[in-house]
Amino acid sequence: MGVDNIPKETLLEMFKTMHKIRTYEEALGEVYYEGKTPNFDISAGPIPGELHLSSGQESAAVGVCIHLRPDDAVVGTHRAHHFAIAKGVDLKKMTAEIFGKATGLSGGKGGHMHLFDASVNFSCSGIVGASFPQAVGVGLAAKMKGEDYVAVAIGGEGATNQGTFHEALNMAAIWKLPVIFVIEDNGWAVSVPKDKSTAVADNSERAKAYGIPGVSVDGGDVIAVYKAAKEAVERARRGEGPTLIEIRVYRLRGHFEGDPQLYRPKEDLELATAKDPLPKFERLLMEKRVATEEELNRIKEENEKEVRDAIEFARNSLYPEPEEALKGVFAGGG
Amino acid sequence: MSRKLPMFKAISEAIAQEMERDENVFVMGEDIGAYGGIFGATQGLLEKFGPERVRDTPISESAFIGAALGAATKGLRPIVELMFVDFFGVAMDQIYNHIAKAHYMSGGQIRMPVVIMTAMGGGYCDAAQHSQCLYGLFAHVPGLKIVIPSNSYDAKGLMISAIRDDDPVMYFFHKMLMGLEWMPSPEEAAVEVPEEPYTVPIGEAKVVREGDDVTITTVARMVYEALWAAKELEKEGISAEIIDLRTLVPLDKETILQSVKKTCRLLVVDEDYRSYGMSGEIIATVVENIGNELKSPPMRIAYPDIPIPYSRVLEKHVLPDKEKIVNAVKAMVQ
Repeated sequence: MGVDNIPKETLLEMFKTMHKIRTYEEALGEVYYEGKTPNFDISAGPIPGELHLSSGQESAAVGVCIHLRPDDAVVGTHRAHHFAIAKGVDLKKMTAEIFGKATGLSGGKGGHMHLFDASVNFSCSGIVGASFPQAVGVGLAAKMKGEDYVAVAIGGEGATNQGTFHEALNMAAIWKLPVIFVIEDNGWAVSVPKDKSTAVADNSERAKAYGIPGVSVDGGDVIAVYKAAKEAVERARRGEGPTLIEIRVYRLRGHFEGDPQLYRPKEDLELATAKDPLPKFERLLMEKRVATEEELNRIKEENEKEVRDAIEFARNSLYPEPEEALKGVFAGGG
Repeated sequence: MSRKLPMFKAISEAIAQEMERDENVFVMGEDIGAYGGIFGATQGLLEKFGPERVRDTPISESAFIGAALGAATKGLRPIVELMFVDFFGVAMDQIYNHIAKAHYMSGGQIRMPVVIMTAMGGGYCDAAQHSQCLYGLFAHVPGLKIVIPSNSYDAKGLMISAIRDDDPVMYFFHKMLMGLEWMPSPEEAAVEVPEEPYTVPIGEAKVVREGDDVTITTVARMVYEALWAAKELEKEGISAEIIDLRTLVPLDKETILQSVKKTCRLLVVDEDYRSYGMSGEIIATVVENIGNELKSPPMRIAYPDIPIPYSRVLEKHVLPDKEKIVNAVKAMVQ
C-alpha cells in the first residue's frame, strides 16, 4: 500500500534516508564537541572547524533527490550533508573527509563545506549563492550534448539575495535549461530573519520575474516536497526548462555548532520541533499502514549501524601525509 | 603554409581549429557571437559553428563563468570571455574560490578545462576601470595558469595549449597588441602564423633578444618597449637580453635564472601595479636563487600604485615605456 500513488518501497526508501540523515547529523553533533569541552575551541577535536548540520531539513533533500539519477547533478551549500546522503554519496568516505582523513572523498583537502563525489555528481561550496551558476552550467552541458540529465542548485533563503541567484535564474530561463533551483527556507540567514532580509514573503514569487514556474512547499510534509520536485524534475528532463521551488523548513540546531542562537525567539525553536518532518512522516507511514512499527524500527537500526560504522571508519582512518598538502593544485601534477 | 596575421585573427583561428577538432569545445561571453568579440578574438566563429557553440550571454559574468565550471564537470571544455579583465570584480568568486580550487578541494576528482580569455592593458586613454592588467592578482591565486602572448604566433599556440589543458587557464591579451584597425598596435606583433594547428607550451618563456649586460624580463606590450629600448642602448654600447615570459604560472624560472647568471643584472618591466605583484615576484626569485651573483641591485619599472588616469598626458607619464627603460638600464650599468 502506498500514499498518494507513491509505492511503498519508495516511501520506505525516503523514510530510511530521512532517518539516516537525522541519525548522522545528531551523531556528528555529539562527536563535534569531543575535545571542545569545557572550553570551546573550534580548531580542536576529531571534527575541527565549522560544522553546519541539517537536522530538521531532511525532507528537502529526500523529497528532491528521490527523483534523481547518479548522472543528475546536485550543487549544494555550506549545509549539505542531507543532500549528499540523499544523492548517494558514500557515507564512510564523506565522514572520513569531515574528519580530515586520507580515506575521505578528497583525501582531507575539502572538508565539511567542500564535499565532492564525482561518481554521483555531487558537490557543494562554502560560498553563499555559488551553486546557482554552476548548476546552470551542468544544465547547459545536458542541452548541448543532447542528454537528459538535470541539475539541481541548492541555496538557502538568504542566498536568494545574492546576484548569482538572479543571474542564474535569468540565464537558465532564456536558455531553457534543465535546472531545478531549490531554496531551503529555514527562516534564518545565520541570524537575520527572512522578513528582515528578503523583499517578498515567498521566493517562489521571484520566479515570475524570470518567466518560469515557482512553487512554495511546506517542508514539514515530505510528500508535498516529493510532488513538487517530481513535477520540476520531469519538466526539466522533458526539456521544458527550469523551475524554482522554495521549501519551508525549520532548522533544529544553530547556524553552526556552537551558535548560542540568542537571536532566535523561543517560539521559533518550538515551532521547529512541531514542524519536524521526520516524526510526522513516521506517523503517516503507520497511520496509512505503509509500514509497521517493527519495520520502521528495523530500518532505524540499520541506519544506526551504518552511521556508527561510518564514524568508526573515519576515526580509524589515517590522516594524510603532511606533504600531500603541496600536491594536486593542477591536474598535471604540481 | 604560413602568413602574417594580426593577433586577434590568430586567436580566433586557434579557437576555430580546436572547435573543429573537439566538439566539447565551445565559447561563451558578452558580444562574442555576431559582434565577434569586442576585440575581435571570436570573429567568424558564429558563422562557422552557430549560436549553440558560440553563445552570447547576458551581462551576467558570475552566471556564465560559474556555468563554465558546471559545464566542465560534465566533460565540456568552455572558453569564456571576460570582456575586460577590469570586470572580474563581479565574478571573482566563481574564478578564485571555485574554478581555481575545484581540482585541489576534490582531491583530483574534478578537472577544470576552462579557458578564461580576457582583455588587458592601457595606453589608449580608457582610464581606471578599462586599462588595468591585473595578471599579478590572478597569478597570486593558486590553481590558475596564466598565459600572456605578445605576438600572433604565440597567441595561436598558447590558445591551443590553453584549450587542451585540463586545468583552468587565464588567457590575457593586451588590447594594444591585437592589430585592430581602431587601436594602434606595434607592427612587430603581427608575425607569420602557420595555418595548421600547433602549440606553444604553457610555462616556457622565450629569449626574444640576446645580450650580455642586462636581462630585461617582461611580458605583453612591454616586450616591444623593451626591444625598442634595447636598440637605443645598443648605440651606446649596452647589450640587453630580453625575456618574454609568455606564461606567469607556472613561471619559467630556469630561463630567467640562466639569463641573469650571464648578464648579472636584472630589470623587470611590468605594466601591472608595482606593489605585491609580478615585478616583485621575479626579483625575489632571482635574489633567492642567485642574489650573490648580481653586479647591481635589481630594478623594476612598473605601473605606480595609482588608479590609471584618463588624460593622455597623465597616462603617458606613468605608463612604462622605452625611455624609462633606457634610463633605468643606463643607471644600472654605470
